[in-house]
Amino acid sequence: MLRYVYADQLNQCPRLKDEMFTHRADQFRTRLGWDVSVDARGHERDEYDALNPLYVIWETAEGGHGGSTRFLPTTGPVMANDHFAHLVSTPIRSPLIWECTPFCMAPGQGPNVAAALMLGGGELMNGFSIRHFVGVFDARMVRIHCRVGSSPEVLGSTGEVRGKDATGLALDFGSSIWRPRTASQRVQVSRRR
Amino acid sequence: MLVTLDNLESLLSALEQSDSLEGMQRVIEALRAHYGVAHLVYHWVDSRGDQYGCGTYSDAWRQKYLDETYLRIDPVVQGCYQRFHPVDWKRLDWSSKAAREFAKVAAEYGVGNQGFSIPIRGPNGQFALFTVNDTCDDRTWAGFTQSNRRDLILIAHYFNEKALEFEPARQPGQQQPLSPREVDAMTLIAVGYSRAQIADRLSISEHTLRVYIESARFKLGALNTTHAVARAMSRGLIVV
Repeated sequence: MLRYVYADQLNQCPRLKDEMFTHRADQFRTRLGWDVSVDARGHERDEYDALNPLYVIWETAEGGHGGSTRFLPTTGPVMANDHFAHLVSTPIRSPLIWECTPFCMAPGQGPNVAAALMLGGGELMNGFSIRHFVGVFDARMVRIHCRVGSSPEVLGSTGEVRGKDATGLALDFGSSIWRPRTASQRVQVSRRR
Repeated sequence: MLVTLDNLESLLSALEQSDSLEGMQRVIEALRAHYGVAHLVYHWVDSRGDQYGCGTYSDAWRQKYLDETYLRIDPVVQGCYQRFHPVDWKRLDWSSKAAREFAKVAAEYGVGNQGFSIPIRGPNGQFALFTVNDTCDDRTWAGFTQSNRRDLILIAHYFNEKALEFEPARQPGQQQPLSPREVDAMTLIAVGYSRAQIADRLSISEHTLRVYIESARFKLGALNTTHAVARAMSRGLIVV
């Protein structure tokens, strides 16, 4: 099942918390070779985890971490504006545009988990009137997003992110699965006018 | 609860021009009438527990809230603090005895049964809430919040921007600069190009263009693109 958890609520689900940060280290440092910081517990964390972000976590049937992503509104500090000004024309700011981090997948999890996380993103869009997600993804993640039906768009040209090729993206979670609801919201807006 | 956008835009212009808390108070009262709801409140809570703001709750309720230090038990403040997603009051935890008693007293002081609060996280741990309150049934309320949520989120942030301007450390007129792409997009909209033409000219997709327009709209304190272009021109940010 999908869980929506703020950082200050993570202690209520200790297994998900521990596994999420461990799997992030597995994925971003070990598998992708990014220059990220991993602490003594084997957890990958950065300064944005300290800003009480919202995590969307796929909890497996056994109660473990299947995959996750992290959201922060672009009204505050976000990676895309702070570190990737060479990729996108920054700063991008709006309470209706949130940053979404590259999906972290637990080892052995397939595209179905990425699809579930996309669904989570779509729920956030519908529930909180978010218009766009932006993020900085590597080329491999772009392929994953394409496979599960989102249509990421390249905001900026490729460049170096933590020693690896990266691309700044606007993610359109409103495509395919979510298009009908997005369309109905538009109808209401135009009716109101 | 019919809302016309033109009126909203003029209220936001009044908000932008106000230079005091009294000015914000006049705008929030006009907004309350505009939306036809019982109350609108902008409530700044700093890390020391100091409170500040404007709104249409009665003086008696404000005083009662301070006297009883309701800040410590108010489920709206407790449930929204350090969050950034808008919250319907029904989704908050009202189960404790103190919270139930608080709700009962609030109702006696004219606070409606429905609420929708937008948390705002400003710079350096600054926190505020923008709340719409009314008395109606759940269905009516769901319809109202669904239709107006997007505008209310923007308006909430514009109130906070204005309140931050009054901080002693802030420079007056400190406005967020538009990025080069946002200037390009606003300029081309102003001269009448269609979105497809603009995207083509800037060699970006229409979707990416929408991101830049959305961001520019927020920085300009506007609800729609026409208003955003007018503001960009009047501020001299774009030249046509």
